[in-house]
Amino acid sequence: MDQKGIELMDPILKGVNLTKRYGKVVALDNCDFELYPGEILGVIGDNGAGKSTLIKALSGAVVPDGGEVWLEGKRVRFATPNDARHAGIETVYQTLAVSPALSIADNMFMGREIRKKGLRGKLLRQLDKQAMEQFARQKLSDLGLMTIQNINQAVETLSGGQRQGVAVARAAAFGSKVIILDEPTAALGVKESRKVLELIADVRNRGIPIILISHNMPHVFEVCDRVHVHRLGKRLTVIDPKNHTMSDAVAYMTGAKEPEAA
Amino acid sequence: MADKSDNYESVLGGATQNVASFENSRKTPLMRLQGTLHHTPSLVPLIVLVGAILIFTGWLGPRFLPQMSLVFQQIQIVGILALAQSLIILTAGIDLSVGAIAVFCSVIMGQATFRYGLPPAVALMVGFAVGTGLGAVSGWLVSRVKIPPFIATLGMWQIVLAANYIYSRNETIRARDIREEAPVLQWLGNTPNEQLVVWIEGLRGITYERIRPNVTDQFWLDLIWQTKITYGVLLLIAMAFVLSYMLRATAWGRHVYAVGDDPEAAQLAGVNVNRTLMSVYMLSGFICAVAGWIMIGRIGSVSPSASTGVVGNIQSITAVVIGGISLFGGRGSIWGAFFGALIVGVFELGLRMAGANAQWTYLIIGFLIIGAVAVDQWIRKVSN
Repeated sequence: MDQKGIELMDPILKGVNLTKRYGKVVALDNCDFELYPGEILGVIGDNGAGKSTLIKALSGAVVPDGGEVWLEGKRVRFATPNDARHAGIETVYQTLAVSPALSIADNMFMGREIRKKGLRGKLLRQLDKQAMEQFARQKLSDLGLMTIQNINQAVETLSGGQRQGVAVARAAAFGSKVIILDEPTAALGVKESRKVLELIADVRNRGIPIILISHNMPHVFEVCDRVHVHRLGKRLTVIDPKNHTMSDAVAYMTGAKEPEAA
Repeated sequence: MADKSDNYESVLGGATQNVASFENSRKTPLMRLQGTLHHTPSLVPLIVLVGAILIFTGWLGPRFLPQMSLVFQQIQIVGILALAQSLIILTAGIDLSVGAIAVFCSVIMGQATFRYGLPPAVALMVGFAVGTGLGAVSGWLVSRVKIPPFIATLGMWQIVLAANYIYSRNETIRARDIREEAPVLQWLGNTPNEQLVVWIEGLRGITYERIRPNVTDQFWLDLIWQTKITYGVLLLIAMAFVLSYMLRATAWGRHVYAVGDDPEAAQLAGVNVNRTLMSVYMLSGFICAVAGWIMIGRIGSVSPSASTGVVGNIQSITAVVIGGISLFGGRGSIWGAFFGALIVGVFELGLRMAGANAQWTYLIIGFLIIGAVAVDQWIRKVSN
């Protein structure tokens, strides 16, 4: 898809003048943001540029001090991550947000558990563990990311890469409008990273746009349609990876080079 | 730059497609035990409990085992408080006010009946409501005001205990008055086994002039008669079942563990952490009120100076820790606390029957506490 084609559409997720301060530190400084339907948008920036705060403002983990978030042309206000999840925005955080002592299935369904049908579900509020386990196993094998011996094993008994796989599988399974991935390949080996990148392309082909935050330039340039360069709390520019080199991107985000005025 | 770049990922096609498999053969029996205990943490206290019963049976002979029903009666208050304590500790909190809330609720139940003339059933409801409300105050302090649970409940302990003395004017309601005017308050002290025997013998037309002798020609009826089970003990067991079901099989239970494990991760994953904490503290307060009702059944009277108000919290924490529930939250099962309370009860009664100095009990409980936490740390290593 070329850039012009995308910009004719309305953005599915939009941030306007987002501002967030932590005391005297300005993490977001009147930042604009657009994500178009069906695209993979890379977000790059130096450490401390405010990428994570931007993502948290879009996913409800942080309430911005100023500015607006629009989803599918409607103004939304997310007070908690759950609000964003109900709206169809699913996020994989850098910290993964998994509970180590609970099982893989428990973690995948945290906050949206399936109850049994009939009286046992309604009256006794009993969980349908079988259905949840089956779904979790299915999603993990779709990912092909890992082999889990036992879907009931505690997440803390998994390796770092496997844990990341669980978090990514959770987002891919439930995200219906937007999926946000914060450093999804940071803890993964070569083989597992490749699987995640394939999964990202796969999710995009299903029509769900993705926001990919990463420090790994080859990955960003390989899969992204557009790259949002974040610097000093705001959007510096948006570049097309086909027309720019990785060196350009790094120069922009570190301030070594200014982008030509658009 | 482009000609230098080696497409390192192209060799992935030749990579082994076999799924990673773990080598099971290397597992020693000790590692397997560690894995099992990691999966079922309440096994440790169960093993200790069975071991303790076997040791005392071997030491004291056949006279020990029939006393187990007495152990149950002696631990029913601490056992219920330990259930309440377990819920709080699973969320990585601690509740120092459980004993005080129980005593205060028993006083409320008694005073509502005798000072305000409410029907005893209504008085019970008032007591439950006050317990739940006090739990809600702690829950609000912990979840909203963000006061550490230790501090919040340390304050609540003093406040509730003092309010208990002031409100009751330090007056005791005598057991006899309760028995005559509001027997419902003492109902949990009744023994269904004795009622059953009396009912069966009544059907057969057998009555006794005063108290039924312990030994008659009916062996089974004698056995049931001598098994001292109260409704309070049955309620304790029933509540352990209900809570274990709630923690294991409902979304709420999973959230309690997730909040105790890592509240930030739970919040990001979609758990309403504040609401979960509120519900846990309120439920715990309600359970403390049930403990207050059990106290009336066990002691007979309503006394604001019952020792539970002062030592109940430490006893319940002891039971929970011996039961293998991690003070760091998120690990352990409610049955652990139940077994933990029983272990303390078995040692107390067994050593007393053996004629040992009571200090030996505390000494052994001290070792058990440290041992339980050491085992907990060892089990956790399975994750690294």
